[in-house]
Amino acid sequence: MNKKHHYPGRLIAVEGLDGSGKSTQVYLLKRWMEMQGMKVFFTEWNSSALVKDATRKGKKRQLLTPTTFSLVHATDFADRFERQILPLLRAGYIVLADRYMYTAFGRDIVRGCDPRWVRNLYSFAVVPDIAFFFDTPLEVSLGRILGGRPQLKYFEAGMDLNLADNEVDSFKIFQGRIYAEYKKMVDTEGFVVMDGMLPVEKQQAMVRKYVEQQIDLPSFRWKGKQ
Amino acid sequence: MKTTLKTGKQHFGTPLPGVGLSDLKGKLIVLEGADGSGRSTQIVMLKDWLENLGYGTVNVGLKRSTLVAEELEAAQQGNILSHTTRSLFYATDFADQFENNIIPALRAGFVVLADRYIYTLMARDIVRGADPAWVKSLYSIALVPDAVFYLRVSPQTLVERNFRKDDMLSYWESGMDIGLSRDMFESFMKYQRLIQAEFRRMEATYGFTVINGNRRPRAIHAELRAKVQEVLTQPK
Repeated sequence: MNKKHHYPGRLIAVEGLDGSGKSTQVYLLKRWMEMQGMKVFFTEWNSSALVKDATRKGKKRQLLTPTTFSLVHATDFADRFERQILPLLRAGYIVLADRYMYTAFGRDIVRGCDPRWVRNLYSFAVVPDIAFFFDTPLEVSLGRILGGRPQLKYFEAGMDLNLADNEVDSFKIFQGRIYAEYKKMVDTEGFVVMDGMLPVEKQQAMVRKYVEQQIDLPSFRWKGKQ
Repeated sequence: MKTTLKTGKQHFGTPLPGVGLSDLKGKLIVLEGADGSGRSTQIVMLKDWLENLGYGTVNVGLKRSTLVAEELEAAQQGNILSHTTRSLFYATDFADQFENNIIPALRAGFVVLADRYIYTLMARDIVRGADPAWVKSLYSIALVPDAVFYLRVSPQTLVERNFRKDDMLSYWESGMDIGLSRDMFESFMKYQRLIQAEFRRMEATYGFTVINGNRRPRAIHAELRAKVQEVLTQPK
């Protein structure tokens, strides 16, 4: 349903459960690219300033249903896609996305939204050139999130689904279901699976190596003097 | 396109999680038409008439959701929304009202008078270049109304009525964002014709009742009243 792009830029997405280590990895990838003087831009799920007020209000007052939850996130994504991701790809940037449409596919479908409807919602988005999936066993990512003294938020814990009567149990069941959705997407979406159990620097070395093989990185350096 | 359920209401193809349609006893009546087509006037008259007959009524319209109405208005003012974002923002506004106002009111047996519905939203998106299949799927979560009345008014009359009301043409109702013309009057005429053409296309698919909106309000009301009466006496 989603189209491949033919823009001069490149799009790299990272996906995985909360606590899978994906944000650390994409941060290190960005640092590496910046230090090599490349045109790189980082964008994060659920961060459009335009939609933030609506999302915050909806979440705080628990006004969201599965459908409106899905729609506010799609709106946020569309705003970032139309105003940042797409223009930057056209301008020849490497765009790094911490979570992409696959996050919505997982969460919204777990929340009971019609899979075809959700897919259609995001059909305007281009397929990333690389989509990394950081695969950590469920217990490990749960342990990383729950190990501290977690303040799980209502929707983050999936409390709206009535899976359990406390946040921690609900979070475990919810994350388990999202993990199952991710696993299904590995083949259908062509995820590049990274072993999230390896040491951070080992994973990063593998990520960089893979990116180097797939993308002609030197061509993304700033031209001329900086 | 329509999904037939055994009895009662239908949606346009996509069921909503947690929203059952089997016990919706009320009626959903939609009025569509441009600004200046007389929609609001007709809704006021219908509401008076229905309440006089003892029917509970609820009014809904666009950009009235608790969730995003304010944010949507602010973004519109700033004129910073790209097309897909704008479409999705409106869809969020619609879905919020749909689940929190329309469905509960129908469940309680009210007559819901909708001052515009998904058709205006779809027409606006399509005129702005959105993929019709995408838009159709987006709004396939909506309920098929019991009746849809489209108040068709000639662009010339719309202009006159808009000037009489506001002394100016609205930026959005003139479609100024799509650059049809730098001249606002010309843009308004072109934009309204595009919207009307889209409504004509949808008419065949969705079965609107077209009402000649160029007449006096009382004459239009009499026609609407007779048609709404028929809807109300249909078996539930």
